Amino acid sequence: MDIEKKLINVKYITDKTSHLILNQEICKVCEDKVCLNICPANVYKQCVSNENETEGTKNNDTIEVEYENCLECGACKIACPYGAIEWRYPSSGSGVIYKFS
Amino acid sequence: MEEIRKNIDAIVVGAGPAGISAALAIRRGGKSVVVLERASNAGTKNMFGGAVYLNSIKSILPNSFQNAPYERFMAHHTYSFLNEKGSVNIKSSDYEDKTTATVMRPKFDAWLLEEAKKEGVFIAPKTLVKKLIFKNGAVVGVKTELEKYYAPIVILADGVNSLLAKEIGLKREYFPKDVVLSVKETLKLDKNILEERFHLQKGSNEGAMYEFFGGLSGFCKGDTKKKRTVVPFAIGFLYTFKDTISIGLGVSLEDLCEYKTKPYEILEKLKSHPDVKNLIEGAVESEYSAHLIPEGGYNNLPKLYANGVMVVGDAAGLINSAHFEGTNFAIESGKLAGETAVIALNLGNYRHNILKIYEDKLKKSFIFKDMKAYRNVVETIYKRKKSMLKYYPEKMGEFFELINHVDNIPKKQKFRGFIRKFFTERSIVELFRDFKAALKLFIDIIC
Ligand SMILES: Cc1cc2nc3c(=O)[nH]c(=O)nc-3n(C[C@H](O)[C@H](O)[C@H](O)COP(=O)(O)OP(=O)(O)OC[C@H]3O[C@@H](n4cnc5c(N)ncnc54)[C@H](O)[C@@H]3O)c2cc1C
Ligand code: SF4
Ligand code: SF4
Repeated sequence: MDIEKKLINVKYITDKTSHLILNQEICKVCEDKVCLNICPANVYKQCVSNENETEGTKNNDTIEVEYENCLECGACKIACPYGAIEWRYPSSGSGVIYKFS
Repeated sequence: MEEIRKNIDAIVVGAGPAGISAALAIRRGGKSVVVLERASNAGTKNMFGGAVYLNSIKSILPNSFQNAPYERFMAHHTYSFLNEKGSVNIKSSDYEDKTTATVMRPKFDAWLLEEAKKEGVFIAPKTLVKKLIFKNGAVVGVKTELEKYYAPIVILADGVNSLLAKEIGLKREYFPKDVVLSVKETLKLDKNILEERFHLQKGSNEGAMYEFFGGLSGFCKGDTKKKRTVVPFAIGFLYTFKDTISIGLGVSLEDLCEYKTKPYEILEKLKSHPDVKNLIEGAVESEYSAHLIPEGGYNNLPKLYANGVMVVGDAAGLINSAHFEGTNFAIESGKLAGETAVIALNLGNYRHNILKIYEDKLKKSFIFKDMKAYRNVVETIYKRKKSMLKYYPEKMGEFFELINHVDNIPKKQKFRGFIRKFFTERSIVELFRDFKAALKLFIDIIC
């Protein structure tokens, strides 16, 4: 599904730093990684690490956060079962700007 | 250096309908009030279906409610039950009822805010409230990125995520089952084509809205091994605006997590249904948006007040999503909290035992009455979603197919076959549970 095509139409003022901070140590051991699926803006992407492919621990992957696409809905912080997302609003005036919502 | 502002009677966080309504009530009680909003322009962070209710707006702006930036008045309301092949629709039309109208939040919220300004409400846009300030166990102000504001009363109208109400323990963090995630697209369509397609009188401000049930099952990325058909708890909607259409859906966050499905994939599935496809044919995507709806309902209300603070609107989970009613709950709860703030300010007592008046007022209002009556609706539909969002919509389709599809099979045989299938495809126990659930809801709402 071409989410990029949808996101092209969304207007943002990108914040200087990310308003979404992940505790990657938790993400590495998280099995289901629901954040990859539920986010309506596909903000979370898996970055596969090719080092330390220890047997038995298939989840050694960290998560990349494309925070500039965030629609500020808040779903991820609720969906993450381990509270690994420190979720804040982008700083005043930045983030998503809807026109026809 | 932080500037310290003083001498305000009340602070409202959030310039949505709840916040503006609260601020108006406080101003009208002769008190000063400032509304702090994180967006540069009110409404540009907000998304809804959606339509507002004129009676609700009239209740706070009796002289100017007609001037709001309404797009179209909902003359047609269609309940559309989708199946794989088509749909069964129940449509009600009322050309005289001008009490429900679509608006776009960036325009509507900005209009509300201007109305409030006219009455002397101070507005601080582009102001994100980061924390509440406490003194002697009471909220006495807020901290923004740059400044501190002090006032004896703080009203939290900061929407569904209300980080502030959670921070001070009035509200717990949601579980995925407590919220519905909605995604929506705004599509541009030539005005003449739009009016023709939705059977609206040419050049009029008539409008149409749809609710879609069913037709969205079949997603299950999570366990392809089991090959089960899953039925996500998802309900679609479509609204017409002057020259745009909004098409979207709300889907249970719990189901999204469990079925490993992306919300926009379900939206695409809705958009690709033959009926929906016809409605949006040729319309050009012009915006995509997402927002949560609090579904906890009456059984999961947060604490609505504490020393120096009250919570209103979506922040307090005040909504009746079964009827797409949220802005009216926001406006009414804001008004009641604002009135309570005035009482507290006049008494010079901002403790919880005085602010409890807000809750007492809510209890007497339509908000608590409706929320109580509807307290089990969402959960029941969720529990019975396989029936309500798949089995019955499909059976409705099959029933009309039976009537409309002419062949050389005797009708008696066809009707009997339908009835037999109805009772064999779904166990009697399940049918009984559906009946019981429906009866219970009926009793809840009516009695
Ligand atoms: C898909 C969808 C469809 C809907 N359809 C309808 C409908 O058809 N009819 C209807 O009546 N209702 C509908 N609703 C519900 C309705 O939109 C909400 O109930 C209503 O907007 C709640 O108003 P509010 O003022 O409480 O919150 P909001 O409108 O969410 O306003 C909160 C405001 O607070 C600001 N804010 C948040 N945190 C901070 C902070 N820390 N500092 C400063 N500012 C802050 C936000 O930017 C925002 O402007 C729908 C909702 C959704 C998601
Ligand atoms: S954010 Fe949460 S859900 Fe996503 S990978 Fe990390 S721990 Fe798992
Ligand atoms: S807040 Fe919503 S849009 Fe932003 S990252 Fe989380 S789920 Fe995605």
